[in-house]
Amino acid sequence: MKGRLAFVAAAFVLLALYPLVAGKFGIDLATKIMIYAVFALSLELLVGGTGLVCFGHAAFFGIGAYATVLLSPAGAPASLAWLLPACVGAAALYALAVGALSLRTKGVYFIMVTLAFAQMAYYVVHDTPLGGGTDGIYLDARPALGSLLELDGAHTLYFFTLGALALVFGLLALLVRSRFGRALAGIRVNEQRMRAAGFSTYPYKLAAFTISGALAGLAGFLFAVKDGFVNPELLSWHLSGAVLIMIILGGIGHLRGALIGAFAFVLLQEFFKSEALFGDFARHWHLGLGLTIILSVALLPRGLVGLPQALQARRPRRPVTGSAEDAT
Amino acid sequence: MDLATFLIQCLNSLQYGLLLFLVASGLTLIFGIMGVINLAHGSFYMIGAYMAYALAPVVGGGFFVTLAVGLVLSVILGYLLEWAFYSYLYEREHLQQVLMTYGLILVFEELRSLIVGDDVHGVKAPEILAGTIPLGELMTYPVYRLFISGVCLALALGMYLVFTRTRLGMAIRAGSTGVAQREMVQSLGIDIKLLYRVVFAAGVAIAVLAGMVAAPVSSVYPGMGQSVLIVCFVVVVIGGIGSIRGALLAALLIGFVDTFGKVLLPQAAGVLVYVLMALILLWKPDGLFKAG
Repeated sequence: MKGRLAFVAAAFVLLALYPLVAGKFGIDLATKIMIYAVFALSLELLVGGTGLVCFGHAAFFGIGAYATVLLSPAGAPASLAWLLPACVGAAALYALAVGALSLRTKGVYFIMVTLAFAQMAYYVVHDTPLGGGTDGIYLDARPALGSLLELDGAHTLYFFTLGALALVFGLLALLVRSRFGRALAGIRVNEQRMRAAGFSTYPYKLAAFTISGALAGLAGFLFAVKDGFVNPELLSWHLSGAVLIMIILGGIGHLRGALIGAFAFVLLQEFFKSEALFGDFARHWHLGLGLTIILSVALLPRGLVGLPQALQARRPRRPVTGSAEDAT
Repeated sequence: MDLATFLIQCLNSLQYGLLLFLVASGLTLIFGIMGVINLAHGSFYMIGAYMAYALAPVVGGGFFVTLAVGLVLSVILGYLLEWAFYSYLYEREHLQQVLMTYGLILVFEELRSLIVGDDVHGVKAPEILAGTIPLGELMTYPVYRLFISGVCLALALGMYLVFTRTRLGMAIRAGSTGVAQREMVQSLGIDIKLLYRVVFAAGVAIAVLAGMVAAPVSSVYPGMGQSVLIVCFVVVVIGGIGSIRGALLAALLIGFVDTFGKVLLPQAAGVLVYVLMALILLWKPDGLFKAG
């Protein structure tokens, strides 16, 4: 428990100090990673917290991003005070509708129904003039909060994203320890028994789905502000798959797994894409990424979170410590 | 829409639907029997299409020889992959399977890019099948598309016969009652490891064959496996996981909805398939046919 807390605290302190040493590229990359971390955390609440595998999470991310651009007035920066809640609300609303329908199904069927609803959202922005079609649209001016906070500078945005990440992480850490979170864990382990114990499980699942969609919308908002540009790829199943891969890579059932997974996934991508290291072969960066993923499945069945224990198990004559039931 | 156009679109729907069925049948079998979610199944289709393109000059001797060589290679490929990668996945959670097979997709795509490159290529239909037959007064229909439908139908019939008339089919049906039955099937004296390996190799071979046969119509291009994969998952889920009959029905349904959607409602063509899936699953949360 102490080790985990220390790990998370150290990670956030390092992130807060990082801009002191980083250049523009580093700041940009770290901001992107943190946005993906928020996105991954939102999905972890569903997959690891509730046992619901959503394969259409990019829809909520994309709706948050598109809302940011579409609701911003032309030419002038919008006020954060209403734009941020509006974007998160839009994603939450769609999540509520999708959840209400798709939670009727289970298992692989649930995976596919969430994919279906995400594809519907994808084709709406892809094939209609509403969101600029395949070309996407640009954000005129980044939102601000009066003159207090302008998200125009890379550093401001970095710290804003870091704050959002810390807030989401704290919120989810509290949530999984609350009565609500325990009920979700009960549903994950044995829904039948939860119903027999007198819980109406559907509202719990729907609430989790909606919260998760809202947080994904927050990540989408941050992404749109960072890039100043949105296109239909933000809602594509490739992104839904990528975020799922992030949390599996990090380790399902742990909030810090989502953090680690987002970092590892993006950094691995950047590593294998690096022309300085691989020269011309960097074009084929998928190969290295794919092989690393396959290796990680073979060697780390519990994800990167299980790395210390896997190493410890290698060492002879030292008992493996640590419980499997941790949730941080 | 006059009668001839309607007829042509019907034939196109049939051909597309049957092709989907071929890929989806392997997917549904592998899922139904071994409990493995194989994201890399679309890659086998892609590999097939690229084989039809790249093997032809190496092998020489025309389209049908290429087809035969490709088929043999694909069985070997399936056998080796099962041994090297998939046999470790049976005891793992679904999400671990998703992760590993996602990794395999990336590897296959990059190997393809390294070996053949990233260009779009056309594949010529064989001479004998290159002609067209007249339909109505003005329209014609390419013989090759009829050939695709014929191959798919023959394979579907073959699968049906294997399932219902042979010992292997009996073993497969016993296995597809669920992963929980694994020990039961084993205790009946069936070598489950061998059964898995055979089914997997067959699934790969069928997907590769579908890719090879489809190559002259669809041409070969990077990423072709992934678009097929998603549609095939839709087919598997609509049909009911593990059900071959369901997969056939669902594949034909999607073939018709997609083809006619593109003709009648071009703005909404992409989304129709997914609307259909959502509606069917809200009506029948376990798909049209339950496994069995």
